[in-house]
Amino acid sequence: MFVALLCLTAITVGVSYLHLNRPLAITVALIIACVKAGMVAAVFMHLLDERKVIYAVLILTVAFFFLVLFLPMFTIVEGSTV
Amino acid sequence: MTAPTTHGATTHAGGNEHSHDQDHGHEHAHGHELPFWRKYIFSVDHKMIGLQYGLTALVFLLVGFSLMMLMRWQLAYPGRPLGWVGKLLGENAMPGGVMAPEFYNQLGAMHGTIMVFMGIVPLAVGAFGNYVVPLQIGAPDMAFPRLNMASYWAFLPGGLLMIYSFFMPGGAAQSGWTNYPPLSVLTQVPGQTMWLFAMVLLITSSLLGSINFIVTIVQLRAKGLGFWRLPFFVHAQFVTSFLLLLAFPPLEAAAVLQLMDRLAGTSFFLPTGLVVSGEQLKVAGGGSPLLWQHLFWFLAHPEVYVLILPAMGIVAEVIANNTRKPLWGYRLLVYSVIFLGFMSFVVWAHHMFMTGMGTTMSTFFQTTTMIISIPSVIILTCFLMSLYGGAIRFTTPMLFATAFLPMFAIGGLTGLPLGLTASDIYLHDTFYVIGHFHYVVAPGTIFALFAGIYYWYPKATGKQMDPTLGKIHFWLSFLCMNGIFMPMFFQGMAGLSRRLYDPTIYAHGRAIQSLNVVISWSAWGLFLAQLPFIWNFFSSLARARAVENPWSATTLEWAAPSPPTHGNFPTPPVVYREPYEYSVPGQTSDFHPQFAGEA
Amino acid sequence: MAEASPYAADALIPHTVEPHPVTGIPNGKLGIWLFLASEVMLFGALFSTYVVIRTTAPHWPPEGGLSSEILNVPLATVNTAVLITSSITMVLSWASLKMQNLPRFRLWLGSTIALAFVFLVIKYFEYTHKFELGHYPSHDNFYAVYFTLTGLHGVHVIGGIIVNTFLLTAGSRMWATEPERWCSWPCSVSRRSRSG
Repeated sequence: MFVALLCLTAITVGVSYLHLNRPLAITVALIIACVKAGMVAAVFMHLLDERKVIYAVLILTVAFFFLVLFLPMFTIVEGSTV
Repeated sequence: MTAPTTHGATTHAGGNEHSHDQDHGHEHAHGHELPFWRKYIFSVDHKMIGLQYGLTALVFLLVGFSLMMLMRWQLAYPGRPLGWVGKLLGENAMPGGVMAPEFYNQLGAMHGTIMVFMGIVPLAVGAFGNYVVPLQIGAPDMAFPRLNMASYWAFLPGGLLMIYSFFMPGGAAQSGWTNYPPLSVLTQVPGQTMWLFAMVLLITSSLLGSINFIVTIVQLRAKGLGFWRLPFFVHAQFVTSFLLLLAFPPLEAAAVLQLMDRLAGTSFFLPTGLVVSGEQLKVAGGGSPLLWQHLFWFLAHPEVYVLILPAMGIVAEVIANNTRKPLWGYRLLVYSVIFLGFMSFVVWAHHMFMTGMGTTMSTFFQTTTMIISIPSVIILTCFLMSLYGGAIRFTTPMLFATAFLPMFAIGGLTGLPLGLTASDIYLHDTFYVIGHFHYVVAPGTIFALFAGIYYWYPKATGKQMDPTLGKIHFWLSFLCMNGIFMPMFFQGMAGLSRRLYDPTIYAHGRAIQSLNVVISWSAWGLFLAQLPFIWNFFSSLARARAVENPWSATTLEWAAPSPPTHGNFPTPPVVYREPYEYSVPGQTSDFHPQFAGEA
Repeated sequence: MAEASPYAADALIPHTVEPHPVTGIPNGKLGIWLFLASEVMLFGALFSTYVVIRTTAPHWPPEGGLSSEILNVPLATVNTAVLITSSITMVLSWASLKMQNLPRFRLWLGSTIALAFVFLVIKYFEYTHKFELGHYPSHDNFYAVYFTLTGLHGVHVIGGIIVNTFLLTAGSRMWATEPERWCSWPCSVSRRSRSG
């Protein structure tokens, strides 16, 4: 587990030296970061065998997280193009 | 005592241990009386914390109201000196007794901030939530008593710092309660920075409180108290807590970013090429003022429901009790309030139709805004249906609760034209908006909060408040509230903008200036109408003890003594039935409490 | 049960120690997850800020070049490793508690705190290097985002140090007064092995 996280970190760093084009670089970095966050939450924070009530809270939070992450951007970007 | 292994044994041993600890706790509590500062100041008892919140919030409400009464003088009689009051406030605020425009702006910004964040939220959630929720679910206290204390002690310094900012050089924050950049970033008074610091404290307080409420409601319900047996007030507080939990952090983040803009010279909210007083601003630029509006309203629209949901909860309790009928559509009410909670997160940009957002997003937000009116209407309809055919007792709390219905309806219906872009373009930022949201919050929420004070006063003190003074308080307040806010709709439709220091500079403002005089005198009348309440609140403490359960209510808080002792219930209560079993056929009395076993 | 717990008032409250029969967890666990939910929203808003500012910027970083050339990648890599290691030591200290091994718990929690300090020291060098180059948060929004987001993360690390130091010192007295609560009941090993 520990080794896996370190490897993923190494990959992120390695990729940054490849100078990929920007959208691809961001995509790769985000995917690795999400995998790492998922691993930490699932194993270190024992989310894998957690109770339903906590899943419920987290699903709710994730939904609102995406709202606050994307709606302002959509609105501002669309507003600046009309 | 060995560590249990199987689940069955677990519960058993856990139970034993629990009762043992409970004895221990009682010994601790009764063996020696707590010192004064532990009992009344740094208390961990939810009832004392509730009272602390309540009294502090009532004082802040009065302060916020006083600011508004000052503003009303300038609006009714622009530029006329205010005699001894002007002298009292000093030359900076009122040069020559005439209100300075900067001071008017401070009053406006601080009136909104104080009323919302330091008055109504602490009263509705901090006070009623803290005092009533653990009692209504049969819990001995909140789940985290020390966290509860920390929540109050984050709120109080936040509130005091906010008030203190008036005494700083340059005065308090003056960029509106919404604190929009770039104005709020560029206003060079320390009070503006203090506003952000105080907000961070107030937000932290609400966050701590909301975690505590959710855990308490999920974990500490009495035996037999399933979710469908909870009083509607508890459901409302539950949804409210989730709104606070998930909507407040973005504002906290936004406050931190604006602090960075003010203190570290960053440009999160400052665009490139901003020109102020003819000179281009020397900042890096590249930021977005609209971003603040998004983050602010991502909080502040759910915040509207933080204000209204506990109020609806109180109204539900009072209506069921005084119509002597079960609430009509209890489950429908609960589903509506949950749906309302969800939808409140996706309507915020209807505050921003004028910011030039594209048609796709504005269509989206118009649609969600129309949808969110549906559960509100369902809730109101359920309350109306609950009145139908009831043997209504017009007690003081019931008067306030029934008045809530038309007041909230006016507030809600006048909101629809604001949620549609076509009409919002005309009405945006006029007095119509002020009238709209005040009908929801002032004669709406505040009336419900008064109902709650009159209804639960016997619980907290063991005494009844005087009903005659209560009725005087109600009728005068009702009259004055409408005298204040109804004319604002006409002003707004006549095109009068909000936040104007002197409305008579415009011809269309001069034409309707007489309405401002009516509003101002109603506002001062509203202050007089609160005097019987203040007198009643304190003098009723000297009245004879009321009977236990003076309203013949069915919910669990009335199973505890009045006022409840430490730990609330002498024995852990057990719940046998749904919350509003009034006038059940075949029963000898017209109420059948949740906590009464089958005879 | 001779010593009185400093948290005796909590004894009144159900499910402080033993899990709720329906939810299956004690109060504290639900509370901490709710707190994490609010943290998700806090950082969600900050990420949202970053996304908005970056997508509306004509160039990123605004002064040109590549972010990987402006920021110190090797130092950040080391710091990431430090953070991951501190997660491991934190989990190990929790596991030690479950196995009723207080000395080992102290060792691992102490390592976690030490790693947190290492993280902050590295961050300090990163920051001072940027300041020496005259790159303050006000330089442009790239630095504004960098300093604000990593700074807030640093504040969280400091908060973690404070809480963990409390658990290491004053808080661990609960081991003597309320062992079940201290090791987040149920513990895997019978209490007899300790008290015997």
